[in-house]
Amino acid sequence: MARILPRPKVLASEPYFEPRSIDWVKILTIILFLAPGFIIMFTILYIPVIQSFEYSQYRWNGLGPLERYVGWENYERLYDTTQYRHARLFREATKHTFILMALSLTIQLPFAMLLALLVGRGNFRGKKLFRTIYFVPYVFSDPITAILWIYSLHPSGLVNTILESIIPDYQKIIWLGSVENPSIALYAIFAVLTWKYFGFYMILYMAALQNVPKDLEDAARLDGANEFNVLRKITLPLVGPTIRLTIYLSILGSLQQFVIIWIMTEGGPVGHTEVLGTFLYKYGIDGLRLGFGSAIAVVIFCMSLVFSIGYQWMVLRQDYRSLQAQ
Amino acid sequence: MKRHLLVLVILLSILVVPLTGDQSASVEAQDQVTIRWWHIQTNPDQAAFWEKVANDYMAMHPNVTIDITVLENEAFKQRIVTNMQAGDPPDLFQSWGGGPLWQFADAGLLRDISDELEGEWRDSFSAQSAVEMFGQDGEYYGVPWSWGAVVMWYNKELFEQAGLDPENPPATWEEFLEVVQALKDAGITPIALGEGDKWPGHFWWVYLAIRCGGEEAFLAAYTREGSFDDEAFVCAGERLVELIELEPFQEGFLGLGYGDEAAAFGDGLAAMELMGHWAPGAHAENSESGGAAIEGKVGIFAFPTWDGAHDGLLGGGDGFVIGKNAPDETVDFLRYITSAEVQREAAKIWVIPVIAEAEDAIEDELLRQVLQIRNEATYAQMYYDQFLPPAVGQAVLDAVEGLFAEQYSPEEAAQIIEDEASFELD
Repeated sequence: MARILPRPKVLASEPYFEPRSIDWVKILTIILFLAPGFIIMFTILYIPVIQSFEYSQYRWNGLGPLERYVGWENYERLYDTTQYRHARLFREATKHTFILMALSLTIQLPFAMLLALLVGRGNFRGKKLFRTIYFVPYVFSDPITAILWIYSLHPSGLVNTILESIIPDYQKIIWLGSVENPSIALYAIFAVLTWKYFGFYMILYMAALQNVPKDLEDAARLDGANEFNVLRKITLPLVGPTIRLTIYLSILGSLQQFVIIWIMTEGGPVGHTEVLGTFLYKYGIDGLRLGFGSAIAVVIFCMSLVFSIGYQWMVLRQDYRSLQAQ
Repeated sequence: MKRHLLVLVILLSILVVPLTGDQSASVEAQDQVTIRWWHIQTNPDQAAFWEKVANDYMAMHPNVTIDITVLENEAFKQRIVTNMQAGDPPDLFQSWGGGPLWQFADAGLLRDISDELEGEWRDSFSAQSAVEMFGQDGEYYGVPWSWGAVVMWYNKELFEQAGLDPENPPATWEEFLEVVQALKDAGITPIALGEGDKWPGHFWWVYLAIRCGGEEAFLAAYTREGSFDDEAFVCAGERLVELIELEPFQEGFLGLGYGDEAAAFGDGLAAMELMGHWAPGAHAENSESGGAAIEGKVGIFAFPTWDGAHDGLLGGGDGFVIGKNAPDETVDFLRYITSAEVQREAAKIWVIPVIAEAEDAIEDELLRQVLQIRNEATYAQMYYDQFLPPAVGQAVLDAVEGLFAEQYSPEEAAQIIEDEASFELD
């Protein structure tokens, strides 16, 4: 048993341990600084989130008072695919969201890394020019991007014209509304999203690559590692935190994708480019079904939240920790 | 083009275009009131006309300021819902009447003008059934100011090129399908369609539903004595599939918008279009030629029919309704908009007058024909996507899009609509 030692009296008389008066001014200052952010977050973010959970229990067109309590019916309409058309549409929308997500992770991010290595580290003239060119699409707003590509992907637009001139016997592809092959629209949309976002990831990667110490790579080379191994064993692990962060951003971005798709296709043709965001807007708000829309929003919110917390806890935690250690 | 414009207009509308300034600020005799007016006439001539109407009214009533906001069609539909949900309707705004309007009315967001409407004002309307679209149970929330019809527009020159008689358009569905085939054989796109926006295609299905089942079938389904998967609505889908199988639409029609449709017809690249009375304005606005490519070559004919088919007209138009917080002067201003004087002026530009006194003011020969078709109709069916509750209207649009994309059978399409209707209307 450990004995509890009497508190050393000498220390108690030290001025350091004297009970200090509470510094109200300081506390007030802290509260004052925190209050605006907290109030804004609370009123326009947390309260609506809680409210939408309440709304999701009602059949409500958003205009009058909440009167028709329906319990979990709105959620059933999202879940029961055998009975409800909206449930089938929702499943499709979820599927498309995950397809976009998977494509982003497997194509968009590696592509951005490749370009970052080329433009950030390569040794050739005009590097800066390419860096700027690649980043420009990200500067365009979503609506401008969408309109630009509506024109380009028009049946007789830029894309088909170019393909026609370089491929002999090119069969014109209807990108955004093909009757024979409507699902091609989703991949066309993905190409647009890649065009828009890869520059952003490229810049992040370039910044991270700049922080990789040259001597580590040189040391590996001296030890006989070839360039591929240097990349695999030294460079990429050192930019790991950034890669993990971009994966996080990319997944969240896919879950929230809305503007470009809405303007380009409104989820069409026949729901082939419907994603969670467009589904929520179309059937929740446009159809004046705010109760049902709230249920959709709650489901999307939960998906994002679970992913977000899970990913932070499992993956990003180590990065935070090493950040603190520094 | 409409959808392309949408974004631009959203951006513009954020800035709220106050077209009227402080012209009336100097007078202080009466209470100053401001009327917030939202309309969707983005066409420069039409927008300028409304501005003139507002200015004239303000000159006559110095205490009134009219604050105009011009919104593009799709942008308007989205923004009005937002304002309604916030309980802040504009004082005077565009409406097509029907289901969505009644939902706003049920929520107490509109002003009942039945007292002011009763009597002389009401009697001035020639399009009485149109007035009914703006009221229910004896209450009225606004009035129509232009009421037309959806008709077939066709390009006589292209008909000639295909060896068809341009002065003798098809009257029956069979003849119509033959015409489509003849045009196709001549290498001409028979029909312009922008199904990406969905509502242009739903005209086809609704017209066929009118022919198959007439007023009885629709009213039965609407009042839930019948249903939307009844034979009439399946028949509409089957007839539509007959047409779709001929592949008569321009390339990529499933992903193109109404703007592309109007452009195709307006540039003389497609021979026919099923569209409302506003079509000429849209042709001029969206086409590269500004409508010059088809000038003087356009004719109209009534939607084809067949033996045993029902008569009836798909129609509709524009109205203005009044928000709950509107100042009293708004009603008077609305009365001024539908006065013979303003209607006659508007008829010279694009409006199909709703009051008898102004009907002879139409200068455009085609619009005169539309007016004649409108006045001769025994039964006028309002567009489904406007008349029905929004969610059901949406199901109609989805179902018909599925037909055009060859993804749903006529039975499936009817079932989709019925599922939604049974949920919303029962």
